Amino acid sequence: MAMAADQIEQLIKDAIPDADVAITDLAGDGDHYSARVVSRTFAGLTRVQQHQKVYGALGGRMGGQLHALQLITAVPEEKESD
Amino acid sequence: MTSARERIDEIVRDNDIVLFMKGTELFPQCGFSSRAVAILNHLGVPFKTVDVLQDPDVRQGVKEYSDWPTIPQLYVKGQFVGGSDIMMEMFENGELQQLVAAPAS
Repeated sequence: MAMAADQIEQLIKDAIPDADVAITDLAGDGDHYSARVVSRTFAGLTRVQQHQKVYGALGGRMGGQLHALQLITAVPEEKESD
Repeated sequence: MTSARERIDEIVRDNDIVLFMKGTELFPQCGFSSRAVAILNHLGVPFKTVDVLQDPDVRQGVKEYSDWPTIPQLYVKGQFVGGSDIMMEMFENGELQQLVAAPAS
């Protein structure tokens, strides 16, 4: 079973409202995606915890309905204020 | 009979570097597992692999053990490190090399 890219993006944004999400359909088959998720809420979390947060947003679909999601997470770069 | 969780815990504690994967080191059955093995081979360190396809209890159990929904999963010195994306990111910035080289704490 496959998922649409905008569905994945919406689920992530519902759970992490400030997230900047970029989804790429790697194989064009609706089953192998790459997602880059940038959020301030990742600050201070380990990479594992950041990814777990995204997996949590997908509510158990990861590993089942969604077979392959290559994940990159990051905290937005601090803007210099001077 | 020991539970899957106990068996996983024992494997993780008894081996410095363990990769739970689909297939074997020589015949990975999934692109992500294959990538994880390639990274470990490149590091040139000894590691143990566990083929989750041989045991449905371990396949499910390891996901609950780490609260991580996918395979492969890497454990170093008893700690869950991540899946293949995190391994690749840590390999590229040198963190993984440091982690496997550091003495057990």
